[in-house]
Amino acid sequence: MKLHLKIWRQKGPSNAGNFVEYDLADVSPDASFLEMLDQLNEQLQTKGEVPVAFDHDCREGICGSCGMMINGVAHGPKKGVATCQLHMRTFHDGDTIVVEPWRATAFPLIKDLVVNRAAFDRIVQAGGYISVSTGAGVDANNIPVPKKVADQSMDAAACIGCGACVAACPNGSAMLFTAAKVEHLNLLPQGKAEQYDRAVLMVHQHDAEGFGGCTNIRECEAACPKEISIDFIGMLNRDYYVGTLKGAGKRA
Amino acid sequence: MTTTTSPTVKTMPVFTEATLDAGIPSGPIEGKWEKHKFEMKLINPANKRKFTIIMVGTGLAGASAAASMGELGYNVKSFCYQDSARRAHSVAAQGGINAAKNYQNDGDSVQRLFYDTVKGGDYRAREANVYRLAENSSAIIDQCVAQGVPFAREYGGMLDNRSFGGAQVSRTFYARGQTGQQLLLGAYQALSRQVAAGKVELFPRTEMLDLIVINGRARGIVTRDMVTGKIETHLADAVVLATGGYSNVYYLSTNAKGCNTTAIWRAYKRGAFFGNPCFTQIHPTCIPVAGEEQSKLTLMSESLRNDGRIWVPRKADDKRRPNEIPEAERYYFLEERYPSFGNLVPRDVASRAAKKAIDEGYGVGELKNGVYLDFAEAIKRLGLEVIVDRYGNLFDMYANITGEDPYKVPMRIYPAVHYTMGGLWVDYNLMSTIPGLFVTGEANFSDHGANRLGASALMQGLSDGYFILPYTIGNYLAQNKLEAVTTGHEAVKEAIAQVEDRIKKLLNAKGKRTVDSFHRELGRIVWDYCGMGRTAEGLKIALEKIPALRAEFWANVNVLGSHDELNQALEKAGRVVDFFELAELMCIDALHRNESCGGHFREESQTPDGEALRDDENFAYVAAWQYSGNDHAPILNKELLHFEYVKLTQRSYK
Repeated sequence: MKLHLKIWRQKGPSNAGNFVEYDLADVSPDASFLEMLDQLNEQLQTKGEVPVAFDHDCREGICGSCGMMINGVAHGPKKGVATCQLHMRTFHDGDTIVVEPWRATAFPLIKDLVVNRAAFDRIVQAGGYISVSTGAGVDANNIPVPKKVADQSMDAAACIGCGACVAACPNGSAMLFTAAKVEHLNLLPQGKAEQYDRAVLMVHQHDAEGFGGCTNIRECEAACPKEISIDFIGMLNRDYYVGTLKGAGKRA
Repeated sequence: MTTTTSPTVKTMPVFTEATLDAGIPSGPIEGKWEKHKFEMKLINPANKRKFTIIMVGTGLAGASAAASMGELGYNVKSFCYQDSARRAHSVAAQGGINAAKNYQNDGDSVQRLFYDTVKGGDYRAREANVYRLAENSSAIIDQCVAQGVPFAREYGGMLDNRSFGGAQVSRTFYARGQTGQQLLLGAYQALSRQVAAGKVELFPRTEMLDLIVINGRARGIVTRDMVTGKIETHLADAVVLATGGYSNVYYLSTNAKGCNTTAIWRAYKRGAFFGNPCFTQIHPTCIPVAGEEQSKLTLMSESLRNDGRIWVPRKADDKRRPNEIPEAERYYFLEERYPSFGNLVPRDVASRAAKKAIDEGYGVGELKNGVYLDFAEAIKRLGLEVIVDRYGNLFDMYANITGEDPYKVPMRIYPAVHYTMGGLWVDYNLMSTIPGLFVTGEANFSDHGANRLGASALMQGLSDGYFILPYTIGNYLAQNKLEAVTTGHEAVKEAIAQVEDRIKKLLNAKGKRTVDSFHRELGRIVWDYCGMGRTAEGLKIALEKIPALRAEFWANVNVLGSHDELNQALEKAGRVVDFFELAELMCIDALHRNESCGGHFREESQTPDGEALRDDENFAYVAAWQYSGNDHAPILNKELLHFEYVKLTQRSYK
């Protein structure tokens, strides 16, 4: 395959960025999107040009490191996969492909296609855990969890924290991420003790990070590589409202 | 300890009779850990906050230890090269985690898990460690459930189990095909709680580039901030390396692209012994290589062998599609060769059997580099829905990568490098030969011998992190009075100078070839000569090729960009430098170990039917290699292995 690429290049947060165009030949349809970028980088380096920086690690769709806007769509045209699992057979010979970083206020750019997603970590630190110290667990089967509940919790827990939901949202909202993190735990009996505090604290942190509000546009759900449902946002809203009425959200 | 070294010949080490003492507590194996826990010294809660611990790596072993140490009151600094602690490569483990709960009432026990693990490791693991691992296994599941890990459940709400290779009981707990992810999120959440509590400070996108040793003790690390390029020093009272394995020495492996040996390799060069470097695991069920541009291999979980049947056509070079080949013309080689374990033989056995079939011309797929893993019978027996529920995400992943539908045609699989049993040598307290330097998880050599059983890596990482280190580090700190150290110390300056010098050399080489091109070539050499089958002759060839390629690397590598910015080529270059040196040590170790055991298959040493043939008389020891300078052969130290509870026998899964 032959491709024409328009890739966002930006040396650093304080430099101006712009699209740079590249031609790439002999791309295998079996290559993944990231392997195509590897090939471009080999070509650039051989010519003495600095390679394109992009985050990636496991390359099997689970670590959540990779992610870029491909022709305006987070993780590209194929549904339910991260960028690393997108294969070039999805494209056609001669295609022009536009590649950009996640763009959101709360994800400041570091270089080229790499952004800083530390805001996600801080949302989890605000309450995305169960307060149990090592050694305090009881025998695992003492806490029966009906299969349907465990399955639903797992549907939320499948979130890989890639940030596609934010990049896809016209409001730059991280509500799908936050909801997935909150409801993974709130659905389980183990998570009930901190259910309302968790919802209120994590939503407040979400807002403090500069993410936008949710207006049910559902772009996040469409872009999510794990196809996490916005039903979880509904559940979060309920926990948040009830929590607010109960005066939850204070750890002291 | 008496050691000798030969100054010039690097390929043939001089064997020594030096023996290492692992500090295994006395008494019967069932009581060793309990007794040791009681005997270890404690630090009172008010004093714990006076100590700082450095934890490098945030996978299962690192995050679990960092969280647990923070809970106890220690000040923890936690480092990872990823942009978030949650992305460490434990996240990619699919199948499950073993525990001797015996919830299935199928005859499991601590004793049996211990036995299976020692046997599975082909009798090259330390009995006392393995027993402790089996003992801790139940508490791990309890801890994870309490944290909110959504393990698979039966309809009544009880935990579900499945089987893994090398076991005849169902003791594997799982969360769909994402068990590693869920366990890691559990540990990451516990870690996040300690960050909020102010006990753990996170340093993401930070790479450890050297270990600081002062007066013989590990007292800190030198790091590079991967965003700004700043070289920094962090000092502490103890340092823990939980930095994973080194499968990426082969270039193509199932590891994440960033996985590297740098942290443990720098520690090795500072005096930590390296245990059994040649013990690497080839996982039987990976998606076969499709082309030249391929950057990594993808694993298909071992759990698939619960329901999938492995076969090749009985006729070599059979061009028919799999569905057109009648039952009688299929060779279910594992079921036929190993009737009692069938498709669930351990990984090393399954991998070699697949390789044999392919080498003899029975391979399937366009490149003839795979064997079938077939679910047709399971779908008929259990129904499509059950298979979707059990393995849905794995099937999707397969379909995505290959463009084939595994519900309709059998998967094609081939062995790939997956895990390294070797790693830094540690004693019973998980401390390396440098006092104050602890090593956990895949980064140490400890519990899996010459072959790791499926679903045991997660177990070991969490056992080390949740239930062993919190005790043994306290014991170390309580027993040793450490002097105050500052960044002005000579050892700190020397370590920083070395790091900066190396970066400068890489950027100034200004040659013609990219880092990746060297890494690929190195990987090819290691795979060809120190992969699934090894011979003395081949290893000697590798030991000539590797130094030659390394010399070319330094003369001709091209690393663009500068040191004071995000520079991924520079990061890779630094890691590949260490892979070069490690590759040589692996080959030296493989050459010296003139026997086959587990994943280490020396073709000269096999039984008449092609199984690994051990030489217990001469090799029932851990080879712990000691660095003795760049131009000298490493020194071999031995930890003799004593088998008091599991009888040494030829491993049989027939």
